[in-house]
Amino acid sequence: MNKNNDFIMVDGITKTFGSVVAVDNINLEIKQGEFFSLLGASGCGKTTLLRLLAGFEKPDKGRIFIEGEDITYLIPNKRPTNMVFQNYAIFPHMDVASNIGYGLRKEKLSNKELHHRIDHYLELIKLSGYGNRKADQLSGGQRQRVALARALIMQPKVLLLDEPLGALDKQLRANMQIELRLLQKDVGITFVFVTHDQEESLSMSDRVAVMSNGKILQVSSPDELYEKPENEEVANFIGTINFFDATISSINNENCSLKSKYLGMIQTNCKNNVYSTGEEVLVGIRPEKLNLHVNKPEQDSGIIEGIVENISYLGERSHYYVKIDGLSKTVSVSSQNVNRAQINQLINDNKKVWVTFDSDSLIMIKKNY
Amino acid sequence: MKIYSSYSLSDRFLTVYAILFLSFLYIPVLFLPLFSFSESQYMQFPITDWTFERYVTMWKKTKLHDALFASIKVGIFASVISTILGILVARAMTRYLFPFKKSVLGFIMLPMVFPEIIMGVGLLIFAIFAGMQLSLVTVTAGHILICLPFSVVILISRFEGFDKSLEEASLDLGENAWQTFYRITFPIVGSGILASLLLTFTISFDEFLIAFFLSGEDPTLPIYIYGQLRHVKNIPYMLALGSIILIVSFITISFSEWIRGRGMTTKKIYGIFK
Repeated sequence: MNKNNDFIMVDGITKTFGSVVAVDNINLEIKQGEFFSLLGASGCGKTTLLRLLAGFEKPDKGRIFIEGEDITYLIPNKRPTNMVFQNYAIFPHMDVASNIGYGLRKEKLSNKELHHRIDHYLELIKLSGYGNRKADQLSGGQRQRVALARALIMQPKVLLLDEPLGALDKQLRANMQIELRLLQKDVGITFVFVTHDQEESLSMSDRVAVMSNGKILQVSSPDELYEKPENEEVANFIGTINFFDATISSINNENCSLKSKYLGMIQTNCKNNVYSTGEEVLVGIRPEKLNLHVNKPEQDSGIIEGIVENISYLGERSHYYVKIDGLSKTVSVSSQNVNRAQINQLINDNKKVWVTFDSDSLIMIKKNY
Repeated sequence: MKIYSSYSLSDRFLTVYAILFLSFLYIPVLFLPLFSFSESQYMQFPITDWTFERYVTMWKKTKLHDALFASIKVGIFASVISTILGILVARAMTRYLFPFKKSVLGFIMLPMVFPEIIMGVGLLIFAIFAGMQLSLVTVTAGHILICLPFSVVILISRFEGFDKSLEEASLDLGENAWQTFYRITFPIVGSGILASLLLTFTISFDEFLIAFFLSGEDPTLPIYIYGQLRHVKNIPYMLALGSIILIVSFITISFSEWIRGRGMTTKKIYGIFK
């Protein structure tokens, strides 16, 4: 029945709300035990896709399989999935223990066994002794963990999380990211995690699917997503990137020679066999892979000359916006503030600088027309 | 200092205002129990002789018992049915989008502001044309019509604050729709449902005009009281009856407020699974 051995398989799923196509013919495979993120701006269809997995929405077409079983039209209470809701959906009229044990009613456990299980999960989420607390006596982080335990106690095959950290403040959020990741490793359950926060998805996930307008743009591991984005949209969405126009002057095996007005002649490898000589492409480079110099370095290639237009100081690093003659957009350069006295003293607005780069750090992307 | 004294002045003024306000509301009503204990046929001061006789005699009037029982029956059916319909309306209005939603709600609410005498006449004409026998059933049907808007108002405000994802969470945790209603929806919106039941019961219980047009052989309590008031000698008994209704209403409303207050208390785990 299953076409391959993937744990979760989404096969050509489309979902429309009126005239809005929320999820547009999506194919996706998720492996067992994976921490998988759906990343995208709001309205990209990531939550709809998660709700399709949970069974709260029925697709217009396509099928969803979990472990080979077709669950496309299965109602939520019959699916091997459980969900952590964005607002946690803690039952307000029950205490913490009743919330966590909510789904166990059908198992007809003895009171002793029931308490034992609930206590185990209270311990897991580090809320031992909180069983009698009311929902409104919990902080945001505690509510989030109760919602997590309530879903995990069902021992689902897949845990679906809808922006569970969105409502937490920054400090707590960072802690919960680590805790959630450890917990996932601990319980070994497949997590499908929806977020709009690219940093969060990079730090937590095994793989990330970047979504936009109901479509998946790229599915990769976090580092590939950042270092080898497959298109302009992904490159722009994940982190910051500087793009330059370039033309392929020659292709030799897997080696491309590029000519760019601002970068000069550059060599880079173009593995996929999809480029042709004379093609116009985009060459991107991340701000932290550019180096800033106040004195002209002794090198002929891999160097750009410009003037610092603006500086944003970000604590551990600074962002410099360098104006290059003839280029409308400033080039963004990120530099670690390693030495306290160093850069801010030397560089100020309107200072002439040189930016150098290594051609290995370049990202070549096909142009969208 | 100045701020303090002016504050306490306005404070005192507000106290006096509150006392006057409540007096205006309740002193007329308190004449009922007061004169119900008077020996005299006529309501006049000073009251010279006190008696409990009205209350004793009143309980011997079997016609009164029948009327009271009729009103309770009508009240229960009208309140339960209008509350159930109100739940359905409130859910539809708060949960779904559909064409002409506002107009539909407007038409449901219209009986609230419609003159009851017009409705009563209209319903009577309809009942005659439809060949319906006038009875407590027709009264109940009429009362459902005027009770429904009140149910809808109470329940919409209750359902509006109800987070849809709570029900989704329950479904997600393995419960079916009925169990979800029983374990999640009802406990959370329950106080609203109770408030709707009590209010609509009260509306039905003291409704006169529609009952006047639609009742057959069996009168409801307001119709019975109205009939009794035509004989002066019966008035003191009606005062006694009115006093009892007053006390029962007071207890009922206090009870419903108490329930509403503790509506959100935590259920213990033992309570849920046993």
